[in-house]
Order: sequence, then structure tokens, then C-alpha cells
Amino acid sequence: MIATEQISNKNILDQIFGIQINSPDEIIIALAGNPNTGKSTVFNSLTGLNQHTGNWPGKTVNNAQGSYNHNNKNYILVDLPGTYSLLANSIEEEVARDFICYGDPKTTVVIADATCLERNLILLLQILEITDNVVLCVNLMDEAQRKGIEVDLVQLSKILGIPVVGTNARDKIGLDKLKDMVEMVSLGKMDLKPMKVTYNEDVNKILINIEKKLEKNVKKNINYRWLAINFINNPMNIHETMKFLQEYGYLNEDENIEKITDEVKDILFEKNIILQDVQDNIVSTIVKKSEEIYKQIIDIKNKNYNKIDRKIDDILTSKTFGIPIMLSLLAVIFWITIQGANYPSDALANLFFYIEGYLDKFFLHYRLPLWLHGILVLGVYRTLAWVISVMLPPMAIFFPLFTLLEDLGYLPRIAFNLDNFFKKACAHGKQALTMCMGFGCNAAGVISCRIIDSPRERLIAIITNNFVPCNGRFPILISIAMIFLGGGFTGGFQSVIATLAVINVIVLGVIITLIVSKILSKTILKGLPSSFTLELPPYRKPQIGRILIRSILDRTLFVLGRAVMVAAPAGLIIWLMANTTINGNSILDHGANILNPFGKLIGMDGYIIMAFLLGLPANEIVIPILVMSYMSTGAMLELESLEALRLLLIDNGWTWLTAVCVMIFTLLHFPCGTTLLTIKKETQSLKWTLLSFLIPTVSGIIVCFIIAQTTRLLGFA
Amino acid sequence: MKGELVPLNLLPIGNFGIVKHIISKGSNRRRLMDLGLITDTTVVSLRKSPSGDPIAYEIRGTVIALRSEEASNILVKIINSEGGNLL
Repeated sequence: MIATEQISNKNILDQIFGIQINSPDEIIIALAGNPNTGKSTVFNSLTGLNQHTGNWPGKTVNNAQGSYNHNNKNYILVDLPGTYSLLANSIEEEVARDFICYGDPKTTVVIADATCLERNLILLLQILEITDNVVLCVNLMDEAQRKGIEVDLVQLSKILGIPVVGTNARDKIGLDKLKDMVEMVSLGKMDLKPMKVTYNEDVNKILINIEKKLEKNVKKNINYRWLAINFINNPMNIHETMKFLQEYGYLNEDENIEKITDEVKDILFEKNIILQDVQDNIVSTIVKKSEEIYKQIIDIKNKNYNKIDRKIDDILTSKTFGIPIMLSLLAVIFWITIQGANYPSDALANLFFYIEGYLDKFFLHYRLPLWLHGILVLGVYRTLAWVISVMLPPMAIFFPLFTLLEDLGYLPRIAFNLDNFFKKACAHGKQALTMCMGFGCNAAGVISCRIIDSPRERLIAIITNNFVPCNGRFPILISIAMIFLGGGFTGGFQSVIATLAVINVIVLGVIITLIVSKILSKTILKGLPSSFTLELPPYRKPQIGRILIRSILDRTLFVLGRAVMVAAPAGLIIWLMANTTINGNSILDHGANILNPFGKLIGMDGYIIMAFLLGLPANEIVIPILVMSYMSTGAMLELESLEALRLLLIDNGWTWLTAVCVMIFTLLHFPCGTTLLTIKKETQSLKWTLLSFLIPTVSGIIVCFIIAQTTRLLGFA
Repeated sequence: MKGELVPLNLLPIGNFGIVKHIISKGSNRRRLMDLGLITDTTVVSLRKSPSGDPIAYEIRGTVIALRSEEASNILVKIINSEGGNLL
């Protein structure tokens, strides 16, 4: 065990915070701030591509680290979770305050939003309680200027006694000065006289009493006053903190931590102290101080600076238009995606089949065996070609558009509009946001559920995330909708009908999300919705360049890469299954024959069920598998047009009922392999992973069964 | 109604209220106060969501939406419907 000898700071960094430093010369910098302040823009602008993300050890909280070089010194930048405070007890706040307190960053940079500085100063003042080495970065200065808000940075720096730098991180303005200031503070080249908050007499007495107590027992350089404030706010965590301090050498091993804990508690729970009043006083003092500072440094030239935001909100969240506008926006995005993807999809397909011609010639020229040509060209290559030409264009259009909405600040408005439905389903309001994320990729959606504090509601959000179709499933929905539902129409109208069909599927997905959330809340995940606050940040001018880079690199290529990794081996295996015959039938046929009665029962056929099962690694390959198995050749169809696909499907007995059932089953079936793995990772539980598999699958089977049987009973199909 | 204390969720849209009392306890109380909702803070009731709940409020220069369960635990004094005593 540890404790007798002091554990060096390097170990603390590594063990508790998962931060590795390469050399003792590297300087560690913490980046803190409220949510929605452009903190990640500052982080990205400073570190560029030198960054990596992961988790805080043992916690499902994102941990992003990056590095930059300034004046021949290497700085490691640790991006702390965005929080409003450091005093409450959420995991994010715990991570942030522990890092600033025990991670011993040389400088803590606090990012604040120039357009709502008052609230941002609350966090800053709390951080000044922990450390003196703070640089305040007032970001979004351009936005403030546009709104007629003038911030007196010089005066602010004078009042706070720390360096204050104004920046527009997205235009990289002010970052050099920020780096200079961080250097000065980190290397101790600057005299800092940080402002300290003074609490009232009663609070002060308690603080001093606890500090005296700690001074006697706790050694090493630690901020006693901050520990005392922390104890007052989280009296239930005193023992845990003491244990931590002992483990990491801040307390001698022979100290009796139970005794110290009790002594601190004695101070806190003395009979004439009302703890809640003490806590209130600490928060109130800080809030009032922020207000006081704010009034001295701000000059609002335009009293109605947020009038435009209010006007936009009037429309986007209006009682009459709020939800219709939301649906229309979604429809427009899908329509642009469907319409815009057609041409590049065809072009890509043509390109791939042009290349295939050369591959054929190559195989012929070198007299390579036919089976090798089958496996590599008809199996692997064609599957890859399909996946790329079908998936890349819609994703390259959809993700930037979706990121645009995100960047504009529209997503919190969606949560605002839909919250009541989620409340009635006993779910968390932020589930609307994680659900939206699922449209891109369900695995990403599951990870985003971390923004939900309450474990019960987070589980609900994770389990139900799969009920919104992801980008891998949209191509199935879109192509089938185009063929069977828009089929009777021509040109532009066809894609309008297809869009409407897809929107309907999405709305159905949302409704099922709510119903299942409610059922979960009433059965295995009983509980009432927890309280939450939802900030509606100002609308922001989107950063087109960053949107393109972020959505293409982080989302499109990431998802495509994953799909390709899965599709290549899958293409090989499926080709083998389709071309290895036993008793005159391929393995695929045998499998499909076994599944056929079940498939028919729920409005589909054995091949479709087989395709969904084999598509477990990634939904993107469901259609290619289906096409491959329908083709007598056992290789994939040449992608001349949707019309070819339509004829193939009709030849294989598809009706509009099959189309509807396939669309429903696309929406309601087990999550893809990646999502399941992610769920396992996030919940740390096989049980919840299994449930996440079963719940959508069973509901899909039930819904398709009902639809198929009723239509048949009524004689429609 | 002027001068009386009302729960924040009943503060009519467009009206100003001064926080006089927070009933919530524990972490809920803390979360509200961390947003700057302390005694004597001025809040404006901005808009209802399409289904009437949650309601968005302006609190210290930011817009925060609260569900009615939450907002009903904050008692405010209505001051004025057209602004004025903002600071």
C-alpha cells in the first residue's frame, strides 16, 4: 500500500486523473468554465490536432487533453467538464474541483462568455478560492460587441487581481496574449493578488475553526480554507475526502481519520449552527460579489441587446409553430439529404463499377482463379463500393446540416419544446438532446447520455436511444420509401413523398421512445423525474469552416470508417455463404428457408430476417446483403438505379406491406454491434445491454406482426 | 396580486419577480442558487414551451428553463409588468 511515503504529484496525475506527462518540464494547465462559453473552441484553437479524448479514470465523464508549444515550453491542456459551480455534488463538478485542487495545474484558465459575464463570474470566484494561479479568458468578445455590450477588461483585471484576456477563439483572436499570460503565471513571473470573497462573521468563524483543525493534522501544501468550504457544502463526503488525503500522503498513515472526521462534523453540527444557512451564505456571498463586480465593468450600450434572440425564440418555441417548425426543419434536412445525395451517389457508383472493370481485366490477365475473383471483387469490393456510394453522400450532407443546427444553438430549443412529453414519460428533459444525437449515430447518442445526472434517467435514455434511426439506417428507410411509397410519382415529388414517409417513421420512433421510457419508469426503473435546469444559450453565428471539418472528420469519416471496417469482412463472409452450396442450395438459402415462416408471420421473408441478423455489425450492410442473397449470382447487384432495385425486390415478392414492415423493423430492432458495445461500456452491466437488445427487437416483432396480420385479415395485402 | 409572494411558475409571462424564498432543499436548492437565484434576485418570466411547461426565465443575463415542479419551489414578489425596477 501507499501512504507511508508521500506519493509524488506525477502519480496522482496518472492514477486519479489519467494524465501522463512525458517530462517534468511540461506545464499542466486546466481549462474550466460554464457550459456554452466556447470552451471547446478555445481548447481546439490552442491545441489544434494535438489532442486526445478519453474518460476520467473510473468515471463516465469525458476527459480531453491536448498540448501546445509556446516559447519553447510544452504545455499540457486539460479540458475540465463545463460546470456552473464547483460546490455541488455532481460527478462533473467533483472531477473539476478535484483536478484544480489535487492535480496541481500551474495555471487554471477560466473561460467566460462576454455576453453573460455575471453568471460566469460565480464559477471564477469559486475557483479563486482553490487557487491563486488563474487567468480569466473572456471569450466571444465579438458577439458582445455586436450586441452592444462593452466589457472593461482592464478594470476587471484590476478588481480581480489576475490577468484577464479578451478573445474570439473561433477567429483565433487574442490567443497569443492568452498563451503569454498563461506562461507568465505558470512560471511565476507575475505578481498576483487575487481577490478573495469575505463571508459573514458566522461563516468565517466556522471556516477558521475547521482550518485550525486541519492545519494540525493535514500536512503538505493544501488549501485548508477550500477544504473547509468543501466540507461545509458536502458534509457527507468528509470521511471519503479524509481517506483520499490519507491514501495520497496528505495525512499521515497513523492519523485516525474517523476521529478527525468526527471533530470536523462536531464543528459543523454544533447546535446553534443551521448548516443550510451557512451553505446559503457562502453561495449568496459569491453571487452578490459577482453582481457587484459585473456592475463595475459592464456598459450596455443597447438595452435591448437580446431582442433578436427573443424574437427568434418567439417563433421557434411558439405554442402554435414551435413543433411544426421543428418537424419542418427536420424534413428540410432530410429532403436536402435525399435529393442532394442522389447525384453524387450515382457518380460514385459509376466510378466504382468503372474501376471494377479494370479489376476484372486484372484478374483475367493474370489468370487468377475464379473463386478469388468471387471473394475479393464480387464479395469484398462490391460490398465496399455499395457501402461507400450509398452512405458517404447522405452523411456528408446530413452531418454538416445537423452540426449547423447544433452550432446555431437550436438543439436546446428542441429540448425545451419537447420537455413536457419527456416529463410525462418520467424521463429527463435532456433525453431530447441525446435522442437528437442518435439520429447521427446511436453509439454517439448513448455516449451523450452522460449529460444526464440521474442514473435512472440516464439508463432510460441509453436503452431508448436506439428508437431513433441512425445514419446507417436512413439509407434503408430512404431507398425503400423512394421505391415503394414515392414510386408512383416522378422527379422531385417522389423525394417529397419519401421524405414524408421517413418523417413519419421518425415521429413513430419518438412516440415509441416516450412510451417505452414511461413503461420503464413504471416497472424496472421506477422513479420520479429528477429536477433539471436547461439553459437556452444565445443564438450563435455558425462557424461554417469548423462545422465542415468537425462533421466531416469527426462524424462522417468516423462512421464511414467503422462501416467499411465491418463491411469488408462481412462482404467476404456473405459471399461465401451465398456461394457455398449444400444439397444444391447455398448456406444463405438454407438459413433463409428456416427463417422464412417466421419472416412471413411478421410481414417479411426469411432473406430479410437473415439480412438483419447478418447486419448486426452495422445496419449499413442490411440492404447489400439482401440484394446479394436475392441475386441468383450470389454477388451484389450492379447499382444502375433504384429502378433495378425495385424490380429485384418485386421479383422476390415484395409488396407495399413488405416495405412498411421492413421500414418498421429497421426502426425497431436490436442496436448494431458498436452501439451494444458502447452500451456495455457505459452501463458496465450485461443486464442492461441485454435489455437494450431485447426491448426494441421484441417491440419490432410485435408491431410488424400486428400490421401484417391485420392487413392480411382485412384483405389489403 | 402585487406585493404578495407567488410561486415562480405562476409569475405571468413578461412580468418581473424578485426572489424572496427558495423552498427546495439539498442539491436542488444548490443547483438553483448556483445559477444565481438567491434572495433579491430579479427574474423575468420569458416564455412557455409549446405545451406550457417548462417555462424559460431570464436570470442574471442568461435564459434558463425550469419545469413547474422546480419553479413552484421558488417564491417571488411580482414587481411590475413592464420593466422598470430591473436593477
